[in-house]
Amino acid sequence: MSTSFLRRTLSFLRNTWRGLTSMRTALVLLFLLALAALPGALLPQWSLNEDNVREFSDNYPTLAKVLDAVGAFNVFGSVWFAAIYVLLFVSLIGCLLPRSSHYLRQLRARPVRTPRNLERMPHHAGGTVDLSAEEMTAVARRRLRRWRTEEATEPDGSRTISAERGYLREAGNLVFHFALVGLLITVAGGQLTRYEGQVVVQADGSSFCNSGTYNYDSFRAGPTVDGTSLSEFCLRVKDFDVGYLPSGQPDNFHADIDYQSGEALDNGNWKPHDLQVNNPLRTAGDRVYLTGNGYTPVFTVTFPDGQQRTKKTQWKPVNTGTMLSQGATKFDRPDMPDEQRRHENQLAIRGLFAPTAQLNGKVLSSSFPALNDPMVAVDVLKGKLGFATGESQSIFNVNQELIDSGELERVERQNLAVGDSVRLADGTSIRFDGVQRWVNLQVSHNPFQPYVLVFALTVVVGLGASLSIKRRRIWVRITPAGAGTGPTGTDAEESDGDTSVEIGGLARTDQAGYGEEFTRIAEELLVGGRGSTSSSVAGDNSRGRSS
Amino acid sequence: MQVNGTLSTLSDMAFATSVAVYVLAMLLYFAEFASARARDSAEENSAEPAAVSAAGGSSASGGPQRPVVGRLEPEPRKPWSERFGGMAVAVTALATLVHAFSLVTRGFAVGRVPWGNMYEFGSAICLVAVVAWLVVLYRQSRPQRKTTTAPRLRGLGGFVLLPTTLLLFLSGTALYAKASQLQPALQSYWIWIHVSAAIVSTGVFMVAGVTSMMFLVRLRYENNPLKSERIGSRLPMSRMLDRVAYRATVLIMPVWTFAIIAGAIWAEAAWGRFWGWDPKETCSFIAWIVYAAYLHARATSGWRGTRAAWINIFGLAVMVFNLFFINIVISGLHSYAGL
Ligand code: HEM
Repeated sequence: MSTSFLRRTLSFLRNTWRGLTSMRTALVLLFLLALAALPGALLPQWSLNEDNVREFSDNYPTLAKVLDAVGAFNVFGSVWFAAIYVLLFVSLIGCLLPRSSHYLRQLRARPVRTPRNLERMPHHAGGTVDLSAEEMTAVARRRLRRWRTEEATEPDGSRTISAERGYLREAGNLVFHFALVGLLITVAGGQLTRYEGQVVVQADGSSFCNSGTYNYDSFRAGPTVDGTSLSEFCLRVKDFDVGYLPSGQPDNFHADIDYQSGEALDNGNWKPHDLQVNNPLRTAGDRVYLTGNGYTPVFTVTFPDGQQRTKKTQWKPVNTGTMLSQGATKFDRPDMPDEQRRHENQLAIRGLFAPTAQLNGKVLSSSFPALNDPMVAVDVLKGKLGFATGESQSIFNVNQELIDSGELERVERQNLAVGDSVRLADGTSIRFDGVQRWVNLQVSHNPFQPYVLVFALTVVVGLGASLSIKRRRIWVRITPAGAGTGPTGTDAEESDGDTSVEIGGLARTDQAGYGEEFTRIAEELLVGGRGSTSSSVAGDNSRGRSS
Repeated sequence: MQVNGTLSTLSDMAFATSVAVYVLAMLLYFAEFASARARDSAEENSAEPAAVSAAGGSSASGGPQRPVVGRLEPEPRKPWSERFGGMAVAVTALATLVHAFSLVTRGFAVGRVPWGNMYEFGSAICLVAVVAWLVVLYRQSRPQRKTTTAPRLRGLGGFVLLPTTLLLFLSGTALYAKASQLQPALQSYWIWIHVSAAIVSTGVFMVAGVTSMMFLVRLRYENNPLKSERIGSRLPMSRMLDRVAYRATVLIMPVWTFAIIAGAIWAEAAWGRFWGWDPKETCSFIAWIVYAAYLHARATSGWRGTRAAWINIFGLAVMVFNLFFINIVISGLHSYAGL
């Protein structure tokens, strides 16, 4: 009972395995993979753009709930997507191992014997030549010198040559499929060990050091990264410049940076780099990209007691075409030692910034993204900003709830050009000093990336070999004059002294196009043997799959 | 770099001219098609065994006449279909030259590669498709082929030019963009490598996909001569069509693979990661998987003929979807659209 159960289980497992590694299953799984990836292209994805997902959810709340539950907004991290590709790769490996050993055995095998009836072959030609059988054999041997050949003499005295070529096709195919496995493994390795951080740096010589995750504005990492051993490097952003076409379209972005890594961190040597959109900085195994930019209006506040504070807070572009930006620059009062009072008398300068001002009445907008005529339109707010109370805060805005509850109050509204100032009732004066630029940098780390590239290139090479090389066979039978009956019967009426030659060909794989090569070889053999003009002709039995 | 107005006007004029000439070529192909004798599958099938049994005889002349332009001995009169066909090929070649001229002048006008926006992209794809078609015709007419069947592939011409002309027209109207500079993200030598590989693949896949469609029509007719008779009876043999579709796909699959990988290498430099499931990346991946499925189907019994052809057509559908819908409707990082 238990042995039969065991046997049944084993045979079930064996059948499952056979089914899984069959070509048909691979085909179905490939389709499933394509199908499963489709929502990833059509629906907004959390990993790409969270705003788009939220917008979609607002528009179709019920549908979105269902979609989100099944992971349709996170296709490439979903269980079902992973299930399909894992099955596919199990199937692939199960298919590859036996194929590899079969291939190795084939490599040592000799080409198969010449079949008796070459006329049945998909490709076939025949004729007579003026050479002796030995001479003709030599001609054929020379022509097929780059083929793997096997010669034999048949009982009736005919010589045969079996030749086969294109073993690299299968090798290419195996290399291709193994490289796919390698690709999957290295991509997965990268997912585990990578990290990626975003940081805003003012382009006034400010520096950034990759010494800890706390230096980043946002940071994402694979599960094996705990943030304690980031690649060590520092950089300084000395200057940033954008070239604009007259249409306002940006033409180039340049961040002039200095960096140091490795030993240079100790001896203080800085190396320059021209950071551009298509020219990241590669250092210490990490890559640094320029991913965004914006303006920082600089404000100086002079408090009633004469103390001054200057702040540079980045504002965020709300229109990337004109670089109209929005933000809030926030101040604490230095003349109030009492913490409670200080938190209730904070100051915020909130509003819009236009690099090239365009005034419509008093309403500010921007007409061009370059810094031609900068101006800010600001509200000055006084009261409780809420920072230091632990509530999370946008650096680009103030907390609207505090305005609604009256804890934060607007005390002034003004448009300021560079150098203009505004004076508040309590004697505080605020000056718009000028403008600076900031850049958004992305730091990326993926130690597996070079291996991914190697496997990807191997995929192309393997595929190219597999699809361009044909595995094919050719057989030549050379029958001396008078020997046998002449297998084709075509030389029956030829004069004595002629040797008859018969050639057959077979493409072993689904590879259209062998016909041309076969015809060429057949002609060369028959003409090379100076075949009489009346007798060289090629036939083509090709049907569909192999021709 | 200033845009050269004269050159760009010249380019636009050449573009319009080429569309008109393509339309003429297409009409000629269809004229040939309509005036051609219906081709019986039995007739051509029987031609082949004849050739085989004639091994040793001096020619396989039992087959139908071969429509190889310029290779025939001067005959007293060519049938009308022959003349239309010959003209159609000549006119296609002319249109192709004018079309190529349009792209080259566009490139010189803006001092960069002439495939920086959807208009230029569409135009370049069509050029590749037409050149691929001419190459197929040329290869079929080579001497080695003469000893085998007499393919009348030319009958396919109108069906290849129809979608091509349509796409070209769309590019020149709805997608048209004035000559201008590239945005910074596209200023990289990878635009030469990645985009040209993508263009070449798309153009050739287009020819392959159309051929597969015609294969299905022809097969329907061959299986039952009462079906799809008007078109099916005049098309080349299904075997021939299947072979052209397969060879085109097999030839271009490594190029398409390379295009995707080159894109990943470029993305690593431009966007900070080599793969991020951006809609365009995802859709290219899907198309690649579909074509891989096509190749597997060709090696799986029961999937070889009709089903494989459907997969190839589906692959083309994904490519076209990728070109239009993803570029225009779904916003991703790829910013060719320029609409
Ligand atoms: C990760 C999924 C797979 C992909 C992307 C893939 C892709 C490809 C491609 C593009 C080809 C064409 C190359 C050629 O024809 O020589 C091919 C061929 C082949 N694949 Fe796969 N494959 C996958 C999985 C599998 C699996 C699971 C099997 C086994 C069941 C398999 C068996 C084969 C075989 C036998 C060929 C040769 C077909 C022929 O000789 O025409 N593949 N594969």
